[in-house]
Amino acid sequence: MSEYSFKGYRRENGRVGVRNHVIILPVDDISNAACESVANNIKGTMALPHAYGRLQFGEDLELHFRTMIGTGSNPNVAAVIVIGIEPGWTNRIVEGIAKTGKPVTGFSIEQNGDIATVAAASWKAKEYVHWATSLEREECDIKDLWVSTKCGESDTTTGLGSCPTVGNMYDKLIPRGVYGVFGETSEITGAEHLCKARAASPEIGDKFMATWQAYSDDVIDAHKTDDLSESQPTKGNIEGGLTTIEEKALGNLEKIGHNSKYIDVLKPAEAPEKGAGLYYMDTSSAAAECVTLMAAAGYVVHTFPTGQGNVVGNPIVPVVKISANPRTVRTMSEHIDVDVSGILKRTMTLDTAGDALIENILKTANGRATAAEVLGHREFSMTKLYRSA
Amino acid sequence: MSEPHFLVHSPKDNVGVVVVEDLKAGTEMLGVITETDTTINVKALHDVPIGHKVALQELKEGDTIIKYGEDIGRMIGAAETGGHVHVHNLKTKRW
Repeated sequence: MSEYSFKGYRRENGRVGVRNHVIILPVDDISNAACESVANNIKGTMALPHAYGRLQFGEDLELHFRTMIGTGSNPNVAAVIVIGIEPGWTNRIVEGIAKTGKPVTGFSIEQNGDIATVAAASWKAKEYVHWATSLEREECDIKDLWVSTKCGESDTTTGLGSCPTVGNMYDKLIPRGVYGVFGETSEITGAEHLCKARAASPEIGDKFMATWQAYSDDVIDAHKTDDLSESQPTKGNIEGGLTTIEEKALGNLEKIGHNSKYIDVLKPAEAPEKGAGLYYMDTSSAAAECVTLMAAAGYVVHTFPTGQGNVVGNPIVPVVKISANPRTVRTMSEHIDVDVSGILKRTMTLDTAGDALIENILKTANGRATAAEVLGHREFSMTKLYRSA
Repeated sequence: MSEPHFLVHSPKDNVGVVVVEDLKAGTEMLGVITETDTTINVKALHDVPIGHKVALQELKEGDTIIKYGEDIGRMIGAAETGGHVHVHNLKTKRW
């Protein structure tokens, strides 16, 4: 056991969670109400309402199932109730989650109605809460921790301070067997040559470039009406001093540090399968969408550098906020978990900042609530690839 | 060393980032190039908000702006040394 250890919940499949949620997962938008009723009846559960799940098809439908099954399979989740309008897709998600070995039961509304469905699901949810709350944390090595990253409401201070702090953390923890992941395909634009060079092999680098190019061609070039200024970079980025996508991309890439090479390029919400190390995931830069996808891939703690003060959280994964902007740290202190503004004053080294982040990650993994958790930020946002049928 | 007014990523860069609040025009700014830990001095020509960029040399329309030692876009207007560089005079080369 290294000096970097934490107490987590070891699940049936060997993965380790840092939270112990019982979630009520709607298959589709019209099952949100039943899920919220169950969560209201049974304290200690949490509904994850979302906007989609009807008449999706093709790759977009595959992504929907991957995100649903991945969310339920995340080791921060102890047990799952799945509710859908009909039994077919409901059971597909139940069977996907059941592969982890964790308790999961599905309920469908047609031929039952909301009231009978909620009653039956509430009984099962109550049973799950009693069971989950009897589980105990156990000592785990840092290598059991999967740590994702994505920054938001970035400004020039993120590229100078908070993103390199995450990079320093990865430089220290990836060699110890931690799984990492970064993404944000549109936001690599301007630094794609540098990102390609950080692939573990020329083949993986080509896979990244194909992913980046496909997004540029099929989404940006197909739909843009201007240079995307105020969307990417966002209005908030510009307020914070970021001017161009190239500048934003170079700051973004500071999050992967100097030493690690990514060993695979993942589809959105795809679980890594090449062992410990750093991964790239094809995601949007929209904070809630990206964190939701990384959580669905199995990551259990998220590190989130912010400049201007993005307040995002996630229902099942604790989101650790890091900021180097002294104005944000002062005016939005309730949202910031790790203050690295000393980097800008040259009173804090990157090494010290990285250690402070690792200390916070371990405390968070042990159960300390993050700012986003305490403030009730539970943004669960499904990624939609195109319009439904 | 006293606290810097601006930071520069790379010695190749032609812009720096203001890292103090309420910077006023006329301030004799102390800058640090973080890669080399060397200092430079530039006089601020404008009130520049924290996080915004200042020119480290005279910049003309069409000039490429270098930050992190990399190309981050081209000038669509001019900036004198110590002047504010942002969306009014700098634009992406992409999209």
